[in-house]
Amino acid sequence: MSTVLSVRAVVKRYGELEALRGISFDAEAGEVVAVVGPNGAGKTTLLSIIAGTQRPSEGSVTGPAPAAGAGSAVGWAPQQPALYAKLSVAENLRLFARLERVADPEQAVGRMLAQSGLSERADERLDRLSGGNRQRVNVAIGLIADPPVLALDEPSASLDPGQRERLWEFICGLAKKGTSVVFSSHNVGEAQRYAGRVIVLDEGDLLFDGTPQALMRETGQGESADFERAFVAFLAERGRR
Amino acid sequence: MRWLLQKDLLILGRSRMLVALLIVYPVLIALLIGFAISRSPSRPRVAIVDATPAGETVKVGSERVEVSQYAEHLFSQVQPVSVASRAQAIDKVKSAEVLAAVVIPPDIAARISSGTAQGELEVIYNGNALEQSIVQSQLSSALAQANLGFSEQIQQAAAKAIDLLLRGGNLGVLGAPGNLIGLDEIPPLLHGIVARQRPGADRAALERISGFADFAAQNLSVSKNVLSTVGEPIRVRSTLLHGRRTPLNTFAVVVAVSVSLMFVCVLLAAGGVALEREEHALPRLVRGLVSREVLLAEKGSLAAGCSFAVAFALLAGVGAFVALDWSRVGLWLAALALASLAFGALGVAIGALAREVRAASLLAFVLTLPLAFLALVPSGSGAAGLYETIGAVSFVFPFKASLQALDAAVNGASPSIWVSLVHLAGLTIVFGALARVGLRRVD
Repeated sequence: MSTVLSVRAVVKRYGELEALRGISFDAEAGEVVAVVGPNGAGKTTLLSIIAGTQRPSEGSVTGPAPAAGAGSAVGWAPQQPALYAKLSVAENLRLFARLERVADPEQAVGRMLAQSGLSERADERLDRLSGGNRQRVNVAIGLIADPPVLALDEPSASLDPGQRERLWEFICGLAKKGTSVVFSSHNVGEAQRYAGRVIVLDEGDLLFDGTPQALMRETGQGESADFERAFVAFLAERGRR
Repeated sequence: MRWLLQKDLLILGRSRMLVALLIVYPVLIALLIGFAISRSPSRPRVAIVDATPAGETVKVGSERVEVSQYAEHLFSQVQPVSVASRAQAIDKVKSAEVLAAVVIPPDIAARISSGTAQGELEVIYNGNALEQSIVQSQLSSALAQANLGFSEQIQQAAAKAIDLLLRGGNLGVLGAPGNLIGLDEIPPLLHGIVARQRPGADRAALERISGFADFAAQNLSVSKNVLSTVGEPIRVRSTLLHGRRTPLNTFAVVVAVSVSLMFVCVLLAAGGVALEREEHALPRLVRGLVSREVLLAEKGSLAAGCSFAVAFALLAGVGAFVALDWSRVGLWLAALALASLAFGALGVAIGALAREVRAASLLAFVLTLPLAFLALVPSGSGAAGLYETIGAVSFVFPFKASLQALDAAVNGASPSIWVSLVHLAGLTIVFGALARVGLRRVD
């Protein structure tokens, strides 16, 4: 597998506060990487830097070069849906397809409506959709340009179990086709189930980078033990919580 | 920018209240201003009770001036409503049928004729402090004009009486002998008599009388000039230092259009930028899809375009009521375009600071309304230092420059429109730059 995303010694400071302290990791094509950690760990900051909405104070993020004329090579779905409430699902998708300079916006809109299961609600305005459906549109917009890397910040936060399941099926399907997915989550169970790799952040430090099974082993618990308990034990061992 | 503009127009089109406001507002304001200006009475409506007996005259020497002439002068200064009694006049004032009432008492002629007492009028009005002030000022002006007219009548009568004294003839005064000698003729007659007298006490006495007659004739002839000086001691000659006079009604139109333009433009621009934050779309847009400069230009241009259309519609609408010089329409468009851009830049600067539309709207409203009032403060109405401060504040915001540009475009007022247009262009750049700084933060 080839490296499509390289994060090198990334530091982010907000005045005196260091939100990220020398974070480095790589992501391969088709890899699903979960960034987990307690509140204030720096997950959203890291995802924002990968997505290009913030610049690192130090260090670098190297992603794939965007296709000629295309907007961005990293698809991004922020934690809070970044959508226009007065536009319909299709209009939101169409707008971002055009802004991303997708070659065939209408074809991309149709594809994302089908993939997100919102074809029948294409003409409904966003302010009339449930939180879960809005989040599906939010993720769909991140994918509209078919990017090689996808950064998802808490993608399943407001979804019910059924919607969450469908979303992960969809994301895992993309990964199988070669899209590299980096997502942050509070739900460590999701990280165990869907991620091939887990990055544990706390107070801006990278504490762990490996498979979920390796994290379980690190805490001395068997691979069949509860992952969430192992995660909490891991943080406790490092005197973090 | 095209897709962003299309999106904003779509959102604007779906905000029915906002669109309705954008259409209804200029129409409503245009109609209100138009009716207010075209229907407002140029002369106050005043009830007049003339209690003087018919044919009553003021006696000035041998001349008489009818008191009804005073009422006629007063009638020409106001919209008169004749009423029979003071009680009826009070009823009309109370019911707001008239702004005020003037009671001309029956003894006015006797008082003026006495030469020792002034004639007195009673003025009746009511209302709050502002109304009283307006009515008083309007009525004082009308009464002053009527007084002036009436005093001219009396002055002419007095001058005529003096002429008769100087020239002689029939004075027309009851009991006066006919063909009286005039004062002008007495000095030469006396000089002849004095010359024929032998020196002595009689001749000396006649010489003294002749000297008095010379003096009296000379001074009575200049007394007519004195009378005119007393009648109107100071005549006002106005000189406008620069520019041209703007009629009050067209200036009111310019103010109304500028205020409307300001509110529509600043609120739309500020709200447009703040909406991107409120919908959390700003980070998604500026991460390579749209540059911050393009985003600000799009929001500012959209707001400027909408407010330009609204302001022009308002100006054209008011033009149906007030005579505007349509040959200057090119200058109107230039002034409206630059003013719209400057307000658009101010709006995006405000929007860049706010996190949500409501906060942006409130900030825009709170900031612009006092600035508009400050820009309307006339020079000399406060302490020198205060006015300079107000002037400096007004200079760095677009309202005053817009007002001046539009006034110059519509009325040809000074300063030159080009000065104001350059000022507005400068403010557009400054506020645009401030907006760009404010939009550095995207979260």
